[in-house]
Amino acid sequence: MQSFIHSKRAEHLSLADFPEHSADSPLSVHSLTVAYDRKPVLWDAEYEAPDRQLIAIVGPNGAGKSTLIKACLGLIPIASGSVEVYGQPARRQRRLIGYVPQRGSVDWDFPVSALDVVAMGLYGKIGWCRPVSRKHRRAAVESLDQVGMAHFADRQISQLSGGQQQRVFLARALAQDARLYFMDEPFAGVDAATERAIVEVLRQLKQDGRTVIVVHHDLQTVPEYFDHVMLLNMRVLAAGPVDEVFTNENLRRTYGGRLALLDEAATALAQGS
Amino acid sequence: MTSLVSTEIEWPSLSEILGVLTLQSGFNTTVVMIGVTLLGIAAGVIGTFAVLRKRALMGDALSHASLPGIATAFLVAVALGVQGRSLSVLLLGATISGILGVLVVHFVSRHTRLPEDAAIGAVLSVFFGAGFVLLSIIQYLGTGDQGGISKFIYGQTAAMSVSDAAIIGLVAIIVTGATAGLFKEFRLVCFDPDFAETQSWPVAAIDLMIMALVVVVTVIGLQAVGLILIVALVIIPAAAARFWSERLWVMTLLAAVIGGASGYLGAAASALFPSFPAGGVIVLVAGFFFMVSLLFAPARGVVAAGLRHLMLRVEIGSQHVLRALYEAEETGRVGAGGDIAISELGEARRWSAAWFQFLLRWLSGRSQIERRAERIALTEFGRHEAYRVTRNHRLWEQFLITYADLAPSHVDRSADYVEHVLSPEMVAELERELAEAGTLPRPAAMPASAHPIAAGKVAEGRAS
Repeated sequence: MQSFIHSKRAEHLSLADFPEHSADSPLSVHSLTVAYDRKPVLWDAEYEAPDRQLIAIVGPNGAGKSTLIKACLGLIPIASGSVEVYGQPARRQRRLIGYVPQRGSVDWDFPVSALDVVAMGLYGKIGWCRPVSRKHRRAAVESLDQVGMAHFADRQISQLSGGQQQRVFLARALAQDARLYFMDEPFAGVDAATERAIVEVLRQLKQDGRTVIVVHHDLQTVPEYFDHVMLLNMRVLAAGPVDEVFTNENLRRTYGGRLALLDEAATALAQGS
Repeated sequence: MTSLVSTEIEWPSLSEILGVLTLQSGFNTTVVMIGVTLLGIAAGVIGTFAVLRKRALMGDALSHASLPGIATAFLVAVALGVQGRSLSVLLLGATISGILGVLVVHFVSRHTRLPEDAAIGAVLSVFFGAGFVLLSIIQYLGTGDQGGISKFIYGQTAAMSVSDAAIIGLVAIIVTGATAGLFKEFRLVCFDPDFAETQSWPVAAIDLMIMALVVVVTVIGLQAVGLILIVALVIIPAAAARFWSERLWVMTLLAAVIGGASGYLGAAASALFPSFPAGGVIVLVAGFFFMVSLLFAPARGVVAAGLRHLMLRVEIGSQHVLRALYEAEETGRVGAGGDIAISELGEARRWSAAWFQFLLRWLSGRSQIERRAERIALTEFGRHEAYRVTRNHRLWEQFLITYADLAPSHVDRSADYVEHVLSPEMVAELERELAEAGTLPRPAAMPASAHPIAAGKVAEGRAS
């Protein structure tokens, strides 16, 4: 548990790998609109993520938090706007992006072991048609060890607890060795041990110079776990360092319900015209 | 179908059966058996991924949608003066309309709010209906060749030629080869397609590859198994194999073996009983393997699951008896020899007399209690176990009181449900947390009961 990201692997991601874009923001979202069947879920979202920070996305249910990161990952079509990762269209930067989906997004009764799932984070490196070698297996076990799950490597995934399954997903993302991570509610419904393990991993990722964007539902822990926060309710209502942005006023605007939202929209429209 | 009723079934002799099974029953039968076995292997392999990708019914839509293609190909071939029964022409028609059917399903489920199963049902039956209408037109035209077409519906192995078997063999090699080569990619897309997409794997292309292999297996299987039942050969071996293993490659291998065995035995049975439709016989054999797997597979089978459930009930029941005995000792309601009347213990819980007697027999069988006529007592070994059980129960009660703000009198029942599944790590964690909260007076000691232990009603759950 000493070094979460192997120093040798960290070297792979020196700035020389991205010479012309090293100064760019990990994630720039411009006037992003996403609609499900004509009903907009995200409206004109603007965001510029700071480099090497832990960023929380908070907002009420149905605010479009998961939609935002899925749109950034290219998993759902966007109606308008653009998403850039390190200065390039997100689709071309997928090798730099790690992803921890919601636990409920897959069938955990699938016939694979924890190790098999974590190794999936290495498939991009392994390439087409090549089998998972012993070297990759070792790397996968290492990632499992980083989340305290090395002993469960051969366990079938349905025989893991919810928190352990979440840690397997986290280990898979660590194996990806990405520069920018998206995590969709990793803390949802996990036990105390898993929560501690995830927080520890987040700190280590930051220390290794990665940027992590986390959809988060627990307002109480935002100041403790994160540096930056984005308040989202269909639109980005506020974003910035936690101590500046995470105010009662902003939270009320985000969670205050429809009325506050309409107020906001009216002001925005008045300012726009 | 009338031939089925009017024909007397002739039972083959033992030597005939052995001859067929050892491939010594003539060249034609041997060709058929090898061909159908290879078909079963290919169907089992690709079926594994169709089932895991939850696309199994797509195969059904595909095979049913092939009928109008077969009929149209026949009509076109006759109109052009080509030999209408030419297998390759008919299979080409089957492929085109089968794929068309799948595309329509895909379009409907993607661009409307209709769920996929409804789309499959609608498309499958419309295509199949169109096929039947076309078949009656062929009959009306009276080209006399429609017998060559009806075999596609019910399946007919006897007509298989050496070149047919060779084509099936080739397809089996292609399917297993492609699956072996793309095993990792198939696994990724079947388990977590969204994650695969974020890693820039071409998920749609990999899906298409799986579907294309299903198409190929289905089309070459049409003649032998028939279009109504070919989907069974894709689904059943994979579904049966899932019962036996938690490893994908083992499951794939087993599906191949079960598929191959179904083909082999089904073709043999069909050779011995020529009047039975081959498709039905092959699928019945596969169904037999499925039933055996469903019932008797060690980890996931129904029998094993039932036994596990029963064992858990016995475990929980006997732990309750042990705790009741421990608490009786604790409150000094036992006799001089540390024993208590069975009737006194028995009325504590609403156990049926038979179940209670069974639990007592179970516990004395494991030498945890000692029976003395109408009284029982803990043995030394039993007291050790009873101590552990009671301790877990009270730790959990304490935890609920400390963290869930439950009134002590309401705790006992909820503690009952969870205590039996506490792992050693969980117990250690509880001890640590309770010590931190200052509610575990002496670590590793027996915590006092959170509620008074009612005399006479030993350790009864307070359901009120």
